[in-house]
This record gives sequence, structure tokens and C-alpha cells, in this order.
Amino acid sequence: MSSETDFTLAIEDLTVSFDGFKAVNGLSMYIDRNELRVVIGPNGAGKTTVLDLICGKTKATSGSIKFKNHELTNLSEHQIVRAGVGRKFQTPSIYENLSVFENLEISYPKGRGVFGSLAFERTAEVEARIREVAADIFLEDSLEMEAALLSHGQKQWLEIGMLLIQDPELLMLDEPVAGMSVREREQTADLLNRICQGRSVLVIEHDMEFVARIAHKVTVLHQGMILAEGSMDKVQNDPKVIEVYLGH
Amino acid sequence: MTFFYDKLLGGKQGAIGLAIIALLILVVFPLTLDLFRLNLVGKYLTYAFVAVSLVLLWGYGGILSLGQGIFFGLGGYGMAMFLKLEASDPESTKIQSTPGIPDFMDWNQITELPWFWVPFESFGFTLLAILTIPALFAFIIGFAMFKRRVSGVYFAIITQAIALILTVLIVGQQGYTGGINGITDLRTLNGWDIRDDSSKYILYFINAFLLLGCVLVGRYVLTSKFGRLLLAMRDKEDRVRFSGYDVSNFKIFVFCLAAMMSAIGGAMFTLQVGFMSPSFVGIVPSIEMVIFAAVGGRMSLIGAIYGTLLVNYGKTVFSESFPEVWLFLMGGLFIAVVMFFPNGLAGIYEKYSKRLFSCLRNGGDCGRRVTARILSFRTKSRATDDRRTGEAA
Repeated sequence: MSSETDFTLAIEDLTVSFDGFKAVNGLSMYIDRNELRVVIGPNGAGKTTVLDLICGKTKATSGSIKFKNHELTNLSEHQIVRAGVGRKFQTPSIYENLSVFENLEISYPKGRGVFGSLAFERTAEVEARIREVAADIFLEDSLEMEAALLSHGQKQWLEIGMLLIQDPELLMLDEPVAGMSVREREQTADLLNRICQGRSVLVIEHDMEFVARIAHKVTVLHQGMILAEGSMDKVQNDPKVIEVYLGH
Repeated sequence: MTFFYDKLLGGKQGAIGLAIIALLILVVFPLTLDLFRLNLVGKYLTYAFVAVSLVLLWGYGGILSLGQGIFFGLGGYGMAMFLKLEASDPESTKIQSTPGIPDFMDWNQITELPWFWVPFESFGFTLLAILTIPALFAFIIGFAMFKRRVSGVYFAIITQAIALILTVLIVGQQGYTGGINGITDLRTLNGWDIRDDSSKYILYFINAFLLLGCVLVGRYVLTSKFGRLLLAMRDKEDRVRFSGYDVSNFKIFVFCLAAMMSAIGGAMFTLQVGFMSPSFVGIVPSIEMVIFAAVGGRMSLIGAIYGTLLVNYGKTVFSESFPEVWLFLMGGLFIAVVMFFPNGLAGIYEKYSKRLFSCLRNGGDCGRRVTARILSFRTKSRATDDRRTGEAA
């Protein structure tokens, strides 16, 4: 079961049970380096639960999650992040009281201990990196703005930026374009296509048009199990998928 | 130099605020008040240590501790034990059946100094104990609570329970602690009489400098990345956790720091007031300290000092004239502040001072505009409010 693989992320036989209800049931999934994988599925299929399991928010009942051949299931949340896994939440989760700059600065992967944070200096290097990431997420002109004042779409970008600054090898995004305008969706699709270079990206999304634009491979979840996996075309024409999900 | 200016004073605005409070407590009070009143202010300022610690813990960290009296008490008792042992030399206790031990022990048929009292014969140990024992105790509570992710109301209730337990313990173990009366009749510190006039002045100034020192330490913490992390944790704890931080360690640290500050206040209380009793440990004083911080402004280290002074001044004035309604007044004050001025006096000052100053410079119709602003202040968002005062502290 615990095999060595070349995959960035190897999930094998993963099960989580909430009082007998199996939200994720015997799931196996492999994600390559440089791959952008989209997970779709009807409500309650277990998509967000899979992300919760990978990032340690929920503990698995059984099975294994390996990130570069390191088991994640027994690590705590911050250890998983430090190993190189970043996760964006469904609703934009940013620090509304702080400026965009400070949001990114807090996410900068230095000074993560108590005393490290007391001694942390805002060096030119830190500042340059923050500006670089801000340019990536289209917020270079809003650095001094209070994050609460950003539009919904900009908040989504900011949270993606807060992950990018940590340079994770696995980036997990839960509904990154929810609440975005058409123009913002296009920009986000470009952004995702750019950032999946050199890392793996796992996206949960409902918007099929958007999925088609970004996905290398699509996994369809239904009742905690994989219903279909493959290219967007293949999945869209799969009769099982049409029945449970796309057919509605 | 820039380190000192930016990190400790908090830039220009912070430096001015600090200069004003320093002027007030170091110059104005000693020059204008008689010794009795100055000693009273000194006593209030010892509570301000706790209020300042609550700004860090509650205002920024979002951790409401309703048991800071625990640490104030531990610091105060530590100092009281040392002073009591010095006051209980065999010569002055020779009428007791066991000379050389504190009088209350003798009354409770204890014939030997308990083991945990023995180290308090050393002044060095006492100072060390005042700083480390409360911090250690806070570490144990913090470790047990924060690692299990106990927070919010549950944490507040647990701290309250611990404050109650400690009070019951002190009262119940009369022979070891002095019971409900506390530890009284303290006289000298290493032979120096703490009751005469000149020592009261000296203690007042030591107290004031220590308090300003705590404000500087608080400033340093809040202007560092640690301070921004505290705000971030208060806002979105999960996001901080999933950015690679072990959130519980940060909470434990700020809880220990707050405990240490409170303990210094407690020790200074004992020195200036001349006794320590369980009535400064329990639930009521702990909640009063929270009210001081809330009134002054829980996002402002200096505001907390003003809040402490004002509420205690009010308490002294009103409790003399209307002793029966004072507690209701205090409760009402707390509710009003939390509902209408979540950032207390400092929040109000922050909001109106800038406009007032710019009005004064420009002249003209500022009176009308200020009134209009005051009338519309409730509709302003709380988030902006937090942010502004956050910068000021």
C-alpha cells in the first residue's frame, strides 16, 4: 500500500468516516508535477473534505496521503504547510484588518516561530518578493490598501498570492473564481496556467467553462468515490457522469 | 536610534502619546497631589500593568482572560511573602509560641516555616519568582488550553474558574497563606522602611518607570511581525494556521507575557499598599481589570493606563457618595463601552483628534462638522475603526 511513487501527491485508499457516514470512501488519486487537476462533483460529493484531509484540517480514518513520498496524515497543519502544501479556502480567507502588503508579509515563509516573528525584519528582499507576487495577482497598485476594501474577486487573488509567496509545491484552491466577473475569471485562468509551472495545482470548481480552460485532467467525485477521471472531453461524455452530475 | 524610535516608541504619534503620559505620571501627579493621593494613584497604576497586559492579550490576541487577577495575585503574594518573613524576625515575634515565623502561622498552630516559604527569605529568589512563577503557571494553563484549541468564551470561563479556585485555596489554607485577611503588617525591604514618606515617593517612581517599561515592551511586540500575527489570528485563525504557523505557541507566549506584566503590577501593589489579600486575586478584581482596559481602549497600550486611572478615580469618587449603586454603575459602564465605543477612550480620541486638529488649523466651520460627524459615528464600520487604532498603538 505504501508504495514509492514519482507523483507529487499520491492518495491511496483514503477514507474518512463521520459517525459512520463515509464522506470520502476508498479514494485513490495521483497528481503529477506541473499538473493542474480539477476536481468536480455535485454538492456533498466530498470535494472540500478531500482538501481538508490533505491539509490536515480533518484527520483521515484510514488510508494514506503522500506528498513527495512523505506521509502527511500524521502531521499537524503547520507542518504540512511547511512541507510545501498551500491551501485556499472556499470563502476568501484574508486578514481584513491588515493592508494587502501586510497580508502578504504575514504569509512570507520566514519568522514563523514565536521568537523568529519578534525578530523578523522587513528587508529589501522581503519587500521585493512581496511586490513580485503582488504583480502576479494583479494587486501591485493596491499594496497599501486595507484588505477589507478589496472587491470579492481581488480578495480571492490576494489569498492565492498569500499561498504563492510561500512557493508551495502543491497548491490547493477551493473554488477560486467564485464571485468573480467574466474578465476576472479570464485573468485567473491565465494566472493558474502560469503558476502550475514547477508545481502541482489541485482546484475544486463548479464553473464548467472555467474548468475546461484550465484543467489538464478532471476527477469527478460522487458520494466520496471517484466516478470518472480523465480529460475534460472524456469526462463530459461519460454516461455515468452525465447521469449524476452534468445531466441535471 | 531608528530601532528605538520606530520599534519602541511607535513612530511620531506613539512618541507623543508616550511623552504625554510620562509627563502626567512622572511630573504632573507628583507635583500637584499630596502624598496620600499620590500613593492612591500609585496603587491604581499597579492595576494599569494588568490593563496593559490585557491590551496585548485581549485587544490584539483576541484572548479574553477573566483571570488576570491570578497573576497579579501571584506577583503580589511573592513580594508579600518576602516582606512578611523580614517582618517576622525572632526579635519582633518573641511573644509567639514559635518565634521567627509569620504571626498568622503561629495563630494557626504551625510551628515550623513551610518548605515553600523558605526560599522567599532571599530577595533575589523573590524577584525571580515574581517574574517566573506566574509566567510558568500561565505556560501550563496556556499549554493545556491552546494546544487543545480551547478559545473564546470557554477560555474566559476557565480562567475565571482558576481565579476562583486560587482564591478558595488561599482563603482555605489560612495557616500557609494568611487566609482571607491576606498577608499584612509588612514593614521593611532589606531593612528599608517602605512605610515612610520618602520611600513612598521612591516606590511611586519605580512603579511608574516599570509601567512605562511594560508599555515599551508591548510596543516592541506589537510593531513586530508578532503583533500583526496576533491581529491576523484574532481575525482568521485558520488562515494563520494554514500559512505554516503553530498558532498555539503564539497564544501561549502572549499569555505568559501578559502574566509576567500583571505579576510585576502585583508586586508593586504589595510594596506600595503594604499588604496583599485574596480580594485582589479573584473573579471581581479580574473583571474590573478587563473593564479598565475596555474603557481606556483595548487596542491602545497607553489608553489602558488612562482607562485605569479614570475608572478608579470614578470608583473613589462615586463609591464614597453612592456606595450602593457603584457596582451597577461599573457594570453599566462596561456594557456601554463595549456596545458604543468598542475601542474605548483611545478609539474616540483617534477618531476625533485628527479632524479636530485639522479643523483648528483651517479655522472656520469645524464646530458644525464635528457635531455632524459625532451624530453619524455609529454608522461607521467597525473594521476601519479597529484598523486606525491598531496603527496608533
